Amino acid sequence: MQNTFAYFLDQLINGLTLGSIYGLIAIGYTMVYGIIGMINFAHGEIFMIGAFISIITFLILGLAGITWVPLALLIVLIAAMVFTSIYGWALERVAYRPLRGSPRLAALITAIGMSIFLQNYVQLLQSARNKPMQPVISGGVEVMRDGDYVVSLGFMQGIIIVLTIVLMVIFSLMIARTTLGRAQRACEQDRDMAALIGVNVDRTISLTFVIGATLASVAGMMFLLYYGVIDFFIGFLAGIKAFTAAVLGGIGSLPGAMLGGLLIGLIEAFWSGYFTVEYKDVAAFSILVLVLIFRPSGLLGKPDIEKV
Amino acid sequence: MAATTGTAPAVQPLDRQAMLKEAGATGLVIFALAFGLLGFRTLDVPGGIDIQYRFGDVAAAVVIGILGRIALILLREHRPLPVLLTTAPLAVVLLVMLLAKFLFGPETGAELMRFLPFESLVVMWAILIVIVVLALRAARSQTHIASEMTVEDRDARMDRIGAKVQRAARRLGPVLLGIAIIFPFLPFADRRLLDIGILVVTYIMLGWGLNIVVGLAGLLDLGYVAFYAVGAYSFALLATGLDVSFWVALPFAGLMAASAGVLLGFPVLRLRGDYLAIVTLGFGEMIRIILLNWYEFTNGPDGISGIPRPSFFGLAVFKRSVTEGHTFHEMFGLQFTPIHRIIFMFYLILALALVVNLFTMRIRKLPVGRAWEALREDETACRSLGINPRNTKLTAFGIGAMFAGFAGSFFATRQGFISPESFVFTESAVILAIVVLGGFGSQIGVVIAAVLLIGLPEFFRELQQYRMLAFGMAMVLIMLWRPAGLLAHREPTIRLFGKGAAKEAEP
Repeated sequence: MQNTFAYFLDQLINGLTLGSIYGLIAIGYTMVYGIIGMINFAHGEIFMIGAFISIITFLILGLAGITWVPLALLIVLIAAMVFTSIYGWALERVAYRPLRGSPRLAALITAIGMSIFLQNYVQLLQSARNKPMQPVISGGVEVMRDGDYVVSLGFMQGIIIVLTIVLMVIFSLMIARTTLGRAQRACEQDRDMAALIGVNVDRTISLTFVIGATLASVAGMMFLLYYGVIDFFIGFLAGIKAFTAAVLGGIGSLPGAMLGGLLIGLIEAFWSGYFTVEYKDVAAFSILVLVLIFRPSGLLGKPDIEKV
Repeated sequence: MAATTGTAPAVQPLDRQAMLKEAGATGLVIFALAFGLLGFRTLDVPGGIDIQYRFGDVAAAVVIGILGRIALILLREHRPLPVLLTTAPLAVVLLVMLLAKFLFGPETGAELMRFLPFESLVVMWAILIVIVVLALRAARSQTHIASEMTVEDRDARMDRIGAKVQRAARRLGPVLLGIAIIFPFLPFADRRLLDIGILVVTYIMLGWGLNIVVGLAGLLDLGYVAFYAVGAYSFALLATGLDVSFWVALPFAGLMAASAGVLLGFPVLRLRGDYLAIVTLGFGEMIRIILLNWYEFTNGPDGISGIPRPSFFGLAVFKRSVTEGHTFHEMFGLQFTPIHRIIFMFYLILALALVVNLFTMRIRKLPVGRAWEALREDETACRSLGINPRNTKLTAFGIGAMFAGFAGSFFATRQGFISPESFVFTESAVILAIVVLGGFGSQIGVVIAAVLLIGLPEFFRELQQYRMLAFGMAMVLIMLWRPAGLLAHREPTIRLFGKGAAKEAEP
């Protein structure tokens, strides 16, 4: 092994990048769970759709001759957010709203069905092959040098981490300060009571899905830029990991989702770096099981009180 | 107004502006949904990807969406006539065009087909089905204006149907069993049909096994396929490595799967429903990843091949000739055909499935079965009555896993080859869908759902690429239509005052 600290730093950077992506997806899970108490199993597919819309927009921009990277990134970001959030909205409207008040299992089955449907929908429309993309942003800053071993923070990784922080700040402010955020928190606490005092519950739930999908689409774009290749199946594993992150952080808790995402990303990166790459997913799930055994409500979650 | 009688609902004047606005909004949403993913297609070309435009399809989707929405609004506003007048002829024209090949011979058929707006026949059939459904609804509300059923009425009616089917199950069960038993000897039962039959019965068995966990004990298991995999690999490794025969390995495979179930269940079964679901899902993925990467033991992604076929209870084998021992056809003085083995396989899985069914029916009457159902209804109440929730759940989890293990060994011996590819999450979702769509806890519902979800798509293999799409959509639509499952009607397993109590409750 090279310099241990340099290697450690390298894994740390990788883990933070990966964790940012997971964290952004996890927020969608945790918000939906908080407000209507269901696992939105199709959220991973929304992330995948975000990645696909990003790659399509990049290709169109390439054809249109827009090659100035910051402008291209901005356009892709906006396009992905707008078009993906409509999928999030339609998902709730078509598949979940009619089932509100039905047994919880029914909504979960619908969500699984929707997930299978969306996967195959994208596969049919865009073919099952891997979609590779030329790296848009390359290069980086050297963080540390130790003999031959160079630890560098890629510009791409930097952008991902900074963008995640910016989005998180905007999002937290929105939840804490705006009318929508207040309505959202009210619905989370007591939907019936919120409706009684004039909160438009349907609209709030719709907006929750839209916000979740928007954040997931940004994660999808980051995934595309970071790995440079996507396919119709990426939503499944990323979705499970992000859900694991949400549970790890305490489902229903927004800072928890972000923390859980970072932890899952770090666990994966360090496990791949120090042990075996093949079993990184096993490591993530094992951590989840351990957390649930010793702290069933997650790291930052409130314990669930059962009333009889 | 005096003109409107009590039975017919008052027909409000149509608000055209609102209608157009609503339809326009639908069109806009469909446009936004379709624009990105349908409008552009990423094409794989050497050295990267290119893009192709399909704006015609986007426009078509938008137009179809707007027209469909207008039709729905008209139906809602009690104006079925215009809908009927447009959809019915359209449906007939489309049907004639689609069937022209058979009606007027291939040449005229091909000529007429060219007028269809879409090349894909599946899309055309889907559009036709939508139009027919609209036409039927229009026709019904045209003739039965008075008998407008509310959602509750419809639910209640379906509930009664569910109850009837469940009650008829006592008679229907033996009939279905009889059909299954004579099925291999029916004149039309060829190799392909038998294979489909074996597949359907395998899923029925898996459905019944999972029904113990989900339907009876109320534990949501999203990783059931993991135990199926454990069973399959246990048998495959025993058979190829130690040369153990199917009949010896079968109980062992079940035992291994049950142990895996108990091992997983022990730490996680105290979790609430959703957490349990996600942990079992994670466990399913973990098993698959281990199978994929533990190359020395499981042969990784290459899988295990050359798994021996089962013998006729160790007495004879299904081969043309053998050097030692007996062959099946000689033992019974028959002509050798490979179909004997397939028929034997069919009976084997049928017997295994029936074991699961009988077991479930009997155990529901035992204390542990009662405890499962009680736990499903109210865990806190059970706790206060002195039932140990963890042990009770563990038995359900372990027994369900054991049956999955049996099914897994059958799968391994039937295929002769297994690889981690066969044990993906989709399989768990399919099995769960069978249980849920059938109505939790309903044995006959599982059979019906398995035939619908596994059998029907097998017949339409040509539509391979649309199969999972339709499968996902069916899951959503059936759940929206009947959130508690197709045949959801829960009869108490035991009543205080015998059968008379049931009569009283009947409306």
